Amino acid sequence: MEYLIILVSAIFVNNILLAQFLGCCPFLGVSNKLSTAVGMSGAVCFVITLATLVTYLLQYYVLVPLHIEFMQTISFILVIAALVQMVEIILKKISPSLYQALGIFLPLITTNCAVLGIALIVVTKEFTFGEDPHMLNLVESVVYAFASSLGFGLAMILFAGLREQIALNKVPKPFKGIPIALVTASILAMAFMGFSGMVK
Amino acid sequence: MGKFRLITKGLVKENPTFVLLLGMCPTLATTTSALNGMGMGLATMFVLVLSNMAISATAPYIPDKVRIPSYIVIIAAFVTVLQFIMQAYTPAMYETLGLFIPLIVVNCIVLGRAEAFANKNSVVDSACDGLGIGLGFTMSLTILGLVREILGSGSAFGFKFIEGDGILAFVLAPGAFLALAYLIVIFRKITKMN
Repeated sequence: MEYLIILVSAIFVNNILLAQFLGCCPFLGVSNKLSTAVGMSGAVCFVITLATLVTYLLQYYVLVPLHIEFMQTISFILVIAALVQMVEIILKKISPSLYQALGIFLPLITTNCAVLGIALIVVTKEFTFGEDPHMLNLVESVVYAFASSLGFGLAMILFAGLREQIALNKVPKPFKGIPIALVTASILAMAFMGFSGMVK
Repeated sequence: MGKFRLITKGLVKENPTFVLLLGMCPTLATTTSALNGMGMGLATMFVLVLSNMAISATAPYIPDKVRIPSYIVIIAAFVTVLQFIMQAYTPAMYETLGLFIPLIVVNCIVLGRAEAFANKNSVVDSACDGLGIGLGFTMSLTILGLVREILGSGSAFGFKFIEGDGILAFVLAPGAFLALAYLIVIFRKITKMN
């Protein structure tokens, strides 16, 4: 039950893109076409879940016992960069077809603030899922990360679909490109506001 | 290019928010009020100037293959310094901006300037460039914050001048996207007229 609450909360109520503004660069940058949006979402989903698992272990088994929590920012970004590189090499070897699909997006993900953002949120923020405020444990953290990245994918794919339709319409000249996309995002965010209050 | 040109180009011609559209996450997330926007802009400027200087000084010694990870480590080090300074002197602002202070590490503006300018120019020029882009970013964030604060809560820089609540949506997520969209349109109109 608790995991279900985490899922609903992270996908709909506190959507990572439309409520927390993490990962806006790929959201606006590569959402022109539905196919690229799907590829990007898949890659982000994979990396966020893996990165959160690794950084969680790093935080509680290395940084906290050694009392060097202030190294959090540096060590997390290094681990994420190394992890992305490693995933790229492994995918190339064992699954060339998946590499073909996700490959070009992987290097971009290192500087996607959603990855570092989620990794930092799960080790710094207290959550209330059904019970008293508490820090997330390992399984909850991974579920939360996975759910957040699903939320990212949902918003991204919806948005790309809308943008493909907008591209066919006439838009006032100063609104061409990003401004009309931002207006669309605003309306999409309003739709997602309807979910607020569903889960505390 | 003169030092003065380097500093002023970030305000209009290469404005990071309204023209280059970089660093969207902090732009949208932290501009719930003019002061928050300004705080985020100044924090980014601090990191931008120092990392630009450090990268331009060390660039000749960094092998080309590992330059991006090296830049990220340099930027992350300055972000950690900034976190300590803010915790000590502006704890309230540090609480409000929260997650978005460590996330300066992955702000595309900072890494973008390192790659596009700092690694092939002198230390002084890079500092001016960082200052210019930082000022442009601070200005844009303050304007966006001001617009959202006026519409959303009827106040400016914390001084309330309209009784009662404003349009709450402008403080929340949808207003951020909408206000930024219209500011970009207005910015495009004005700069085309000049």
